[in-house]
Amino acid sequence: MPGSMIHAEGLTKQFGTLTAVDQVSLDLAEGEVFGFLGPNGAGKTTTVRMLTSLISKTSGVAVVADCEIGKEADELKLRARIGLLPENVGLYENSTAYENLEYFGQLYGLDGATLRRNIERLLRTMDLWEKKDVPVATFSKGMKQKVAIARALVHDPILVFLDEPTANLDPEAAKMVREILLALKKEKRTIFLNTHNLDEAQRICDRVGILRTRLLTVGSPRELETRMSGNRTVVKLERASEAIAGAVEAQIGSGRVEVSGDQLLVDVDDPDRQNPVIAAAIVAAGGRIRQLTQLSTSLEEVYLKLIHEEALPS
Amino acid sequence: MRFSQAWLIARHDIRLIRSRKGIFYSLIAMPLGISLGFSGLIYYIAASGGSSAASYLPQFIDAFSFWFVIGAASLPTTIAAYGIVGEKVEKSLEPLLSTPTTDGEILLGKALSAFVPTMGAVWAGSVLYMGLVDWGVWGTFGHLYFPNLDIAILLLVLAPLVCLYSVEVSILVSARVTDVRSAQQYAGLVFLPLILLYVAGELGKPVLNDTNLLIIGGVFALIVLALFSTATKTFHREEILTRWK
Repeated sequence: MPGSMIHAEGLTKQFGTLTAVDQVSLDLAEGEVFGFLGPNGAGKTTTVRMLTSLISKTSGVAVVADCEIGKEADELKLRARIGLLPENVGLYENSTAYENLEYFGQLYGLDGATLRRNIERLLRTMDLWEKKDVPVATFSKGMKQKVAIARALVHDPILVFLDEPTANLDPEAAKMVREILLALKKEKRTIFLNTHNLDEAQRICDRVGILRTRLLTVGSPRELETRMSGNRTVVKLERASEAIAGAVEAQIGSGRVEVSGDQLLVDVDDPDRQNPVIAAAIVAAGGRIRQLTQLSTSLEEVYLKLIHEEALPS
Repeated sequence: MRFSQAWLIARHDIRLIRSRKGIFYSLIAMPLGISLGFSGLIYYIAASGGSSAASYLPQFIDAFSFWFVIGAASLPTTIAAYGIVGEKVEKSLEPLLSTPTTDGEILLGKALSAFVPTMGAVWAGSVLYMGLVDWGVWGTFGHLYFPNLDIAILLLVLAPLVCLYSVEVSILVSARVTDVRSAQQYAGLVFLPLILLYVAGELGKPVLNDTNLLIIGGVFALIVLALFSTATKTFHREEILTRWK
């Protein structure tokens, strides 16, 4: 598929009798930032490990960066094209930041000049160039995470997998890492982000998928919020009446307006387009608007609802 | 398999060894200790035994030479333990496994990083030992004792095989333990057959002559081949990420 970075269909992983990932199907386009949400043990890391060909799949099909998962001939090609930040930074503590990046760059087969250029660019971006010759053992957690992100990018991968990049970081360090992720997004990098930080997903990701062994849903954060709650506009009036409700209904469609005290509750399909129409209809019918708000479910509520529904015994 | 990729890993690990003073000094101290200690002892025996020393001195020289084989077994256990368990502790195996490197290349790199410094140290120590012994016993024998076929078999056949055996055992042990010290302790058990062989040799059963040394070398070659197959199965990407403790 042109422009597709990940195409997975029915991806499944079983460890003995335990199904860790069940029939996951998803697509990720070039330049997209995809957030993979789910509680601990949902199968996020296992999915990433399958997609990066670190572990085998039990069944299903996946093509990542034009390489077929499970095809031995494609394994090294795939690993050369992608970058991975695992959950644990896994740096060589006694080595300097520069040495850590240099070693990995060499393993990726970069020539000396390209490697030096990439290391300098990344360490400067991460604001670590001045500390390039300092052993990473002396670095803070946030600084180590930045070195690990630089390591995942040292060979200029076309697709980056980041597994819980802000987990176990203090708020300041997490903010620092999030800023780097936003910078990567601006560079139009294709990113697969494993996280259980919903705020982070909402701020960074173009689309998110919620996983609990099975992929429960996929969509943009906005889409998911809307899909779960429906779109409802609440208009608080000085005094609501059936006449005003009728005027709104005439514009929006019958059976979509409900009067509740001094409020009108209106079901809408496209709030950005329809809310001004509603306001105009109310004013034209002689109504006085005190407040107009859009009801929505937060991504957190969507997430919790889906996860809890899935956890309920059927 | 690309040797260049394996050598890259080995070179990196050897550089890390140099920064770990304990391992680095043991690499120097053990062969140096064997060379200086045993050659001094031989010099003393030669000096105090007079002309009759020529009849029993070769037995001592050959027995002490065997310590280089024991050294070749003991030194890699520490290095291999740090090379693999150290990566487990620092959680750096997953990033390494995600690079375009095969399992075999990583395994070979780890093995080389233990084999090369060990054999370098053992051979350097043995050259010093041979030089000092030759200097010390020239007056007794009237000719150079080294080099001879015995030491050639010990250093060029048995010591490398025993070193490989030790590396492979260390890799297998590393898969099961979570700290470097335990890895060293378990892998340290590789000495036992060698110590038994040494003691048995001292008692004359079997006599550690050229033929028997070659037979022992053959046995170790078979063990090395068998362990290689097990080690490659153990050092498998999925096994490491999902089953290693």
